[in-house]
Amino acid sequence: MIEVKKLVKRFGLKTVLRGLDFRVEPGEFVALLGPNGAGKTTFLRILASLSRPSMGSVKVAGHSLPHESAQVRARLGVVSHMPLLYPDLTAEENLQFYARMYGLANSQLRITEVLNMVGLEPRRKDLVRTFSRGMQQRLAIGRAILHDPEVVLFDEPYTGLDQDASEMLDEVLRSVAAKGRTVVMTSHDLARAEDLATRFDILSRGVIAASAAQEELKNTNLLAFYKQSLEIKN
Amino acid sequence: MQSKPIALTILDIVSVIVLGVSTYLALVFAPTEAVMGNVQRVFYFHVGTAWVGLVGFVLAAVSGIIYLITKDMKWDRFEVAAVEVSTMFFFITIVLGSIWARPAWNTWWTWDPRLTTAAVTELIYIAYFMLRAGIEDPEKRARFGAVYTLLGGLSAPITFMVIRLFRTIHPVVIGSQSAEAQGGFSMTPDMRTAFFFALFAFTVLFVDFMWHRLRVGSLQEKVEQLKLKVSM
Amino acid sequence: MPSSRPSLFKATLAIVQKDLAAEFRSRELLSAMLVFSMLVILIFNFALELDVKVRQSVTAGVLWTTFAFAGTLGLNRSMAVEKDRGCMDGLLLAPVDRSAIFFGKAISNLAFMLIVEAIVIPLYAMLYNEVRIFQPEFLGVLLLGSIGYIAVGTLLSAMSVQTRTRDVLLPILLFPVAVPVLLASVKASGGIISGADFAEILTPLNLLIVYDVVFIAVAFMVFDFVVEE
Repeated sequence: MIEVKKLVKRFGLKTVLRGLDFRVEPGEFVALLGPNGAGKTTFLRILASLSRPSMGSVKVAGHSLPHESAQVRARLGVVSHMPLLYPDLTAEENLQFYARMYGLANSQLRITEVLNMVGLEPRRKDLVRTFSRGMQQRLAIGRAILHDPEVVLFDEPYTGLDQDASEMLDEVLRSVAAKGRTVVMTSHDLARAEDLATRFDILSRGVIAASAAQEELKNTNLLAFYKQSLEIKN
Repeated sequence: MQSKPIALTILDIVSVIVLGVSTYLALVFAPTEAVMGNVQRVFYFHVGTAWVGLVGFVLAAVSGIIYLITKDMKWDRFEVAAVEVSTMFFFITIVLGSIWARPAWNTWWTWDPRLTTAAVTELIYIAYFMLRAGIEDPEKRARFGAVYTLLGGLSAPITFMVIRLFRTIHPVVIGSQSAEAQGGFSMTPDMRTAFFFALFAFTVLFVDFMWHRLRVGSLQEKVEQLKLKVSM
Repeated sequence: MPSSRPSLFKATLAIVQKDLAAEFRSRELLSAMLVFSMLVILIFNFALELDVKVRQSVTAGVLWTTFAFAGTLGLNRSMAVEKDRGCMDGLLLAPVDRSAIFFGKAISNLAFMLIVEAIVIPLYAMLYNEVRIFQPEFLGVLLLGSIGYIAVGTLLSAMSVQTRTRDVLLPILLFPVAVPVLLASVKASGGIISGADFAEILTPLNLLIVYDVVFIAVAFMVFDFVVEE
């Protein structure tokens, strides 16, 4: 579903990603872990077609970036730590706007469906500015899956959420992943990632330093694996 | 350390010599203009600096376009060099123009098309540097800089045409019959020699400065590279 | 899910309607622009002693200065709304042509500017008993001038919000590049107010049209470079 070969990304002279290889099969839920500044967000922005690769090939949902970015974008949902919502519009209006940007037919039905899924149906007529951080984040997920994307990218979705909100978000994320979607998520929160993901990739110094499927971690826990992978590099 | 190329050193020496010769031609060789007197001698350097200022501005816009197409940082360095060098020359043009204007028009400054366009162009340059100063990512800085020089390069000629609608007293020295009435003059052959040599001298000087600035630019980049290597 | 890529027109329209809906709810941007415009006119009133004689020659200048200043407020705010909550990313992620984003934002900005003008001009006419500004030619110049100003302004505001010095940078970037629009507009509308022949205002009018065409085309072409990464 996602295929990245020898990806290099430079900002001026600074090389953030150095020949990164990455592959995700359809239906996988990959947690992308790594220390600050490892290039997680940069990598996700490249997958999202928001940033151009300096070198290397990137294929998402069968289309290569950056040349076929429009096709990729139609099959892709993105949730970042920013909500990507307009505070002066209601929840419904926000979704209506994005439905039009994605050219959805029957958007009203789909919007109701999505609002139910993220548990915001009763608040559909309320302005987004009155929403709590957690509600905004759930609506942001609703926005991202509105057009039923094949691939969903989450960039630190838990940033700024309290315990309750995080648990609610867990549920929403599970139901997003449950539909056979391919998910890539970056996170600092190892415990949450451990529950959700089917595979863990450690991004360090611009390459994938280690990768393990959930089954392989049965004997050891994720934290140990994470620390170990980073130590090898150092 | 990258040592200074010999060609550049030669060009430095040539620049100093042609500037010296041009100064001699402007201040001694050229005859004194009958109406305005000695102050008219400012004219040779005034037009010389204006010429290279203009060339630099056009070069900057062109290299901006090339950068946007090729995304090669070399063109960004060229663009910055061109803008920096021609900002300096344009500033000298404006100062010399004021010195000339004081006795000729009885005022330091007048809002005529050329003067105003020159002032607006200087402001575009300054805005350009402020824009660049506000961006961290070098690649984004290069893109925005290129877009802005392009906008500036397109708006400056329209500015000139618009301001011409409000009237002008700036002399059109070459090829204008009514010029004399506005403080213009016709050039004698000796004046012409001094004039064209000034154009030549400032072109040489411009190339020399550009070369230096480009060299500084690539050295800067090398320093950044080394810094990164150390911090890795 | 049946979906097709929306056309340039549909996507542009969606952005414009979204902006107008949000603005008519909060009225943040319009009220700021309007109050600011009135303050500028008030200050001009005392700074220039706008009596009958002076007014004749400076009305066009006062109005265009006011609109230019108020315009930067609106442009800044309109783009900051997109940038602050990551909505610009949201727009860029949609499978629409990037020029839809430019045209959408430019048309909403133009709408805000025209609304402010539609309120300020009658007020100015009333305050100073200046009815000569209600001429079709004058309104035409207003429209042409606003279009050029907003086209460049929208492009430059998309750049300035991405810089460290975003709040102060837009007018500094915009004014020197927009000098031709402002001066041609002042010249043309001043000519109309003082009852000049149409032939006399034809040149500034032509230059306005040239500026509008050139800068809409360029802004449209380079907008990609401003929003990409």
